[in-house]
Amino acid sequence: MGMTMTQKILAAHAGLEKVEPGQLIMADLDLILGNDVTAPVAIREFDKIGAEWVYDKAKVAIVPDHFTPNKDIKSAEQCKLMREFAHHQEIENYFEIGQMGIEHALIPEKGLAVPGDVIIGADSHTCTYGALGAFSTGVGSTDMAAGMASGQCWFKIPEAIRFNLKGKLQPWVSGKDVILHIIGMIGVDGALYQSMEFGGEGLKNLTMDDRFTMANMAIEAGAKNGIFEVDEQTLDYVKEHSTKEFKVYEPDKGARYTRVIDIDLSEIRPTIAFPHLPDNTRTIDEVGEIVIDQVVIGSCTNGRIEDLRSAARVLKGKKIHSEVRTIIFPATQKIYLQAMREGLLEIFVEAGAAVSTPTCGPCLGGHMGVLAGGERAVATTNRNFVGRMGHPESEVYLASPAVAAASAITGRISSPEEVVK
Amino acid sequence: MIQGKVIKYGHNVDTDVIIPARYLNTSDPEELAKHCMEDLDKTFVDRVRKGDIMAAGRNFGSGSSREHAPIALKASGISCVVAETFARIFYRNSINIGLPILECAAAAQDISEGDQVQVDVNTGVITNLTKGKTYQAEPFPAFMQEIINADGLISYVRERKKK
Repeated sequence: MGMTMTQKILAAHAGLEKVEPGQLIMADLDLILGNDVTAPVAIREFDKIGAEWVYDKAKVAIVPDHFTPNKDIKSAEQCKLMREFAHHQEIENYFEIGQMGIEHALIPEKGLAVPGDVIIGADSHTCTYGALGAFSTGVGSTDMAAGMASGQCWFKIPEAIRFNLKGKLQPWVSGKDVILHIIGMIGVDGALYQSMEFGGEGLKNLTMDDRFTMANMAIEAGAKNGIFEVDEQTLDYVKEHSTKEFKVYEPDKGARYTRVIDIDLSEIRPTIAFPHLPDNTRTIDEVGEIVIDQVVIGSCTNGRIEDLRSAARVLKGKKIHSEVRTIIFPATQKIYLQAMREGLLEIFVEAGAAVSTPTCGPCLGGHMGVLAGGERAVATTNRNFVGRMGHPESEVYLASPAVAAASAITGRISSPEEVVK
Repeated sequence: MIQGKVIKYGHNVDTDVIIPARYLNTSDPEELAKHCMEDLDKTFVDRVRKGDIMAAGRNFGSGSSREHAPIALKASGISCVVAETFARIFYRNSINIGLPILECAAAAQDISEGDQVQVDVNTGVITNLTKGKTYQAEPFPAFMQEIINADGLISYVRERKKK
């Protein structure tokens, strides 16, 4: 019986010829990641193991990105604990404020994730690097601690849903719309315990940034990981960003899938997830009149350069609605600089948006854009759970950067087609 | 053997409602317990008693990987969670920190708020004392049982490192 991409990568990292769904394996890890919320818990657990040093200081990455720049004293203490651990352990991939970015945009940009890797991160959106043909998945702090000490992690071999992509996206439709469309179709637990494997002739029509966004939100369908087949675009990206050795895995011809779903990219419309679940989706044509108070463009889902370019195409030469607060977060320092050089930041500020340093802050109601009771936000983030961005009676509508930017101008959820003539 | 009164919720109880991110600037279990379930049920913290069992529907613990979620539940006194299905990161985290959780759709659907329920974590047998019904949850695979017997992943890894 053939294996899926994920099964082949996990088998190779467990030193096995073959694996079967449901089999428990111990796999060698290529990278272990933590942030300022999860790493402090992991560091305390690591100390309990009695291991003096991490198993490989080049294979641990620590990024202060959630409540940074430090939002309060408690957050500052957590960052301090983490910073001291990173310095003491001589962690090579610790990224201080000023060099950092939102972890899931930063790790690929720094070349730390490559095809064929097995990566765990104490953050659920670690599944993002599946865009590069790696197996990467979110775990908790205790798994991070055990991984740092041993270089290994146990996994149950997952089954997979195969998504065969065809066709080409329409103007103003992006990877965000595709993944929201898919989550709306299969549900927030539609891929529970499974891989979501993406491939097909339409793959070439999705940019790397589209793929990062889609792999990032695999967790919102309950998936263990999202993974994309590797093509020329992937290889170009890897060559540009990384010097790490890598290996390309392809799914076997006879690989077994629990479901095979065909997605015609040309049929997808801009898609919005209504409160309070990412599978509560509607197309832009079904939205109706939803008046908003805030727009957030950024996050590990949609804070990359193409996302900012897309928002800028909508906002250029226009003014944001007087009753809408718009906050834009380039996801890394490099993206920030690139956006500055391309004149995107000027477009944002001229339009009346606030532009922030990279942080996860508003996405999880941490800081830099917390919502009050009864307020509504359109956000390019990944979750619209109750209380996600602040008050439990606030509402989050998930959308693409283009829809978010258009909504910022009109003050209600709007299509970019309406704003850009 | 675990026995307790049931507190019941619905589907898709996510980690953001189990412990909202605004409280993640600490990882102190007692501090986290004070805000457990706050955004879904403000009365939870006052009515939960040590040993109570939580029952819920599908996809319990979905969302963030924050281990603070099972830590908060455990520190608030919850002795066990029985649900139709669990989100996978929450499942790992609970095993790793020593919070027993059992997947059993029939039990999770039948159990009502306030029922007295007994759970045998070793065999996966769930007994609803109030309704006089017994259910069999999926027992843990041997490997996971080893982690549980070692009192969590940290002790398990510590023992393996010694060998």
